[in-house]
Amino acid sequence: MTEFWQWIYELFPWFDGVFASIVIILIKAMALVAPLMLVVAYFTYAERKVIGYMQLRIGPNRVGPKGWLQPIADAFKLMTKEIIFPSKANIYLFLLAPVLAIAPAIAIWAVVPFDEGMYVANLDISLLYVLAIGSVGVYGIILAGWASNSKYPLLGALRSASLLVSYEIVIGFALVTVVMIAGSVNLNDIVMAQKGGVLNWYFIPLFPMMIIFFISALVETNRAPFDVVEGESEIVGGTHVEYSGMTFAVFFLAEYANMIFMAVLAVILFFGGWHSPFGGIAYLGAGFSWVPGIIWLLAKSTFFMFLYLWIRATFPRFRYDQIMRLSWKVFLPWTIVWIFVVALMTQFKIGPWF
Amino acid sequence: MAEIRNYTLNFGPQHPAAHGVLRLILEIDGEVIERADPHIGLLHRGTEKLVESKPYNQSIGYMDRLDYVSMMCNEHAYVRAIETMLALEVPERAQYIRVMFDEITRILNHLMWLGTHGLDVGAMSIFLYAFREREKLIDCYEAVSGSRMHATYYRPGGVYRDLPEKMPQYLKNDFRKPKELEAMNKNRQGSLLDFIDDFVKEFPKNIKQYDDLLTDNRIWKQRLVNIGIVSASRAKQLGFTGPMLRGSGVAWDLRKNQPYAVYDKLEFDIPVGATGDSYDRYLVRMEEMRQSNRIIKQCVDWLRENPGSVMSNDKKVAPPKRTEMKDDMESLIHHFKLFTEGYCLPEGEVYCAIEHPKGEFGIYLISDGANKPYRVKIRAPGFVHLAAMDEMAKGHMLSDVVTIIGTQDIVFGEIDR
Repeated sequence: MTEFWQWIYELFPWFDGVFASIVIILIKAMALVAPLMLVVAYFTYAERKVIGYMQLRIGPNRVGPKGWLQPIADAFKLMTKEIIFPSKANIYLFLLAPVLAIAPAIAIWAVVPFDEGMYVANLDISLLYVLAIGSVGVYGIILAGWASNSKYPLLGALRSASLLVSYEIVIGFALVTVVMIAGSVNLNDIVMAQKGGVLNWYFIPLFPMMIIFFISALVETNRAPFDVVEGESEIVGGTHVEYSGMTFAVFFLAEYANMIFMAVLAVILFFGGWHSPFGGIAYLGAGFSWVPGIIWLLAKSTFFMFLYLWIRATFPRFRYDQIMRLSWKVFLPWTIVWIFVVALMTQFKIGPWF
Repeated sequence: MAEIRNYTLNFGPQHPAAHGVLRLILEIDGEVIERADPHIGLLHRGTEKLVESKPYNQSIGYMDRLDYVSMMCNEHAYVRAIETMLALEVPERAQYIRVMFDEITRILNHLMWLGTHGLDVGAMSIFLYAFREREKLIDCYEAVSGSRMHATYYRPGGVYRDLPEKMPQYLKNDFRKPKELEAMNKNRQGSLLDFIDDFVKEFPKNIKQYDDLLTDNRIWKQRLVNIGIVSASRAKQLGFTGPMLRGSGVAWDLRKNQPYAVYDKLEFDIPVGATGDSYDRYLVRMEEMRQSNRIIKQCVDWLRENPGSVMSNDKKVAPPKRTEMKDDMESLIHHFKLFTEGYCLPEGEVYCAIEHPKGEFGIYLISDGANKPYRVKIRAPGFVHLAAMDEMAKGHMLSDVVTIIGTQDIVFGEIDR
């Protein structure tokens, strides 16, 4: 990458200073956000198709060939729909809420390493950044519930607030184990520490943490079977009840961007990021060395995204208090115990991974 | 200090879990239900009053529209009330057809309940799996009566017509490949009885699928076990019937305790629950589907071997054949009389109940000797069950209210009548 910028600089010597860095950041951001939005759009299509086939249906197949234009049509429909403001809602907060939801959902992607040297920002504390920005997203939902001045959204907001706070703790502890093994909070370094084949990935020594992380990710992103915040059969749509048109679409985008992010994060932390699973294996490793790292990352994330859909089509919804119990009485003790185990193992260098 | 008040939540009538038009006023403390106040009447069509203004036969169609997911069972109660008043003999073949369709209806109803209950609790896929089987049974309705839902198939004195010899098949169109079409029509080559027989063979496998998906599912159990417990004695006091009563451990089933039609000649078991919670009622209904399957099988076997008339010979009640009308004066007169004036019931009153999929469905009919009833009262099981909503939901959480609505198997057509 540096040679590329060097080349640009030689070509356009005036392209320098603050102006240049701002332009570069903007270009990088666009290069990240535009495909992200496209992936979100087509993830909704994939969701409808996959769940459709799981439920003996066909899913969307009318708009465009095999329904491929369905997400575009949906986006167009949402953009042209009227935005309704509840008469007694606080309009400023009501409009601020979707912004607060989408901003962190996109900003969080800044530190994701897609390939070696392929990221918008290489923060030394990128994992902390992820946790910090991830927690901001909850404000969007709480504000939406409060500003709507309606009963169902308020219930949804209350559920969301308590759930997200509980599961932030669990996710935090689960991530601590990863940090302890990798010896860094930089996502890049965490991926580099898993260099080599599938045996070097952290999901093997941290298997329980991987499971807990993935389940907590489902809660954090309000996905079934933990979708009590929306809980369509209980509180109808939770915080989304009063939102229509584009304001609703923004929440939707944020939710799906978060989902994809959680899938990518699971891959980065536990499944070797952009590394090929065959690294270090005699012939396979060399045979697959031509595949770019980003392909591996996306392929592995796609699997997790598929898991989201699979789980959604299979399980009934948890009750709100049962999710809380799961967090405080099951996951939290497990993570704490596992932190001790990992601490001892890293301290005394037990096992092949530490 | 500010006064702390409970949250009052208006649950429905436009709510995805309201099963139609239930309006619940919930008083909740956080998420815990303090009081649940069901409001009904949003689907009131005045069936009982409408029935008073029409000859008896013209009201059979209203019965379909009471509990619109178990149509023929409603009809059965009504035609049986009329038959009892007239002391009318119903041919045995018609009785068997009725029992067979009662049980098909029971499976239809329970599949609908299973699907919506699953949706209420958040399991989406079960709904469409249940509808896969429901579709086949609704096709049976269509084959026999021409109508997929509101059949009007049972008539005083028997049933509208005999079972068809040919099962209707799917037709060719641009979206179906020949192979697909062949697969779709594979079990539709013979008569309706062959089709039902095929269904009976396949159905246990399908129930196994639902079992795999839900019965031992931890989340499903967490959501259902110990939710909405009703003790056996309390269930009796509240007037529960059907699976709601059997789920509490009382083995009361009109098919066994007061056998009607030909139920006394058939073999089947009555499942009962132990604790009376939602999970027990779930298990009871699942087992009832298996038992219904057994009954249907026995009916199919009997019907294959015993052809015969499906309508009473009483010319004053049963309409003549269309062909007879063309050259028989007597038949023409009967036809004219039956379809204008109808027939008169002797003075008196009758209460006739059947084991409906949801419980005891009764028709209380008073006749003053005219060609229409003086008064009809419909005893709808769902009404009684809904009345216990407050008691069942108290102390549970908001999500459990939805489970309880699901487990009560509420359909507003019969509650509001």
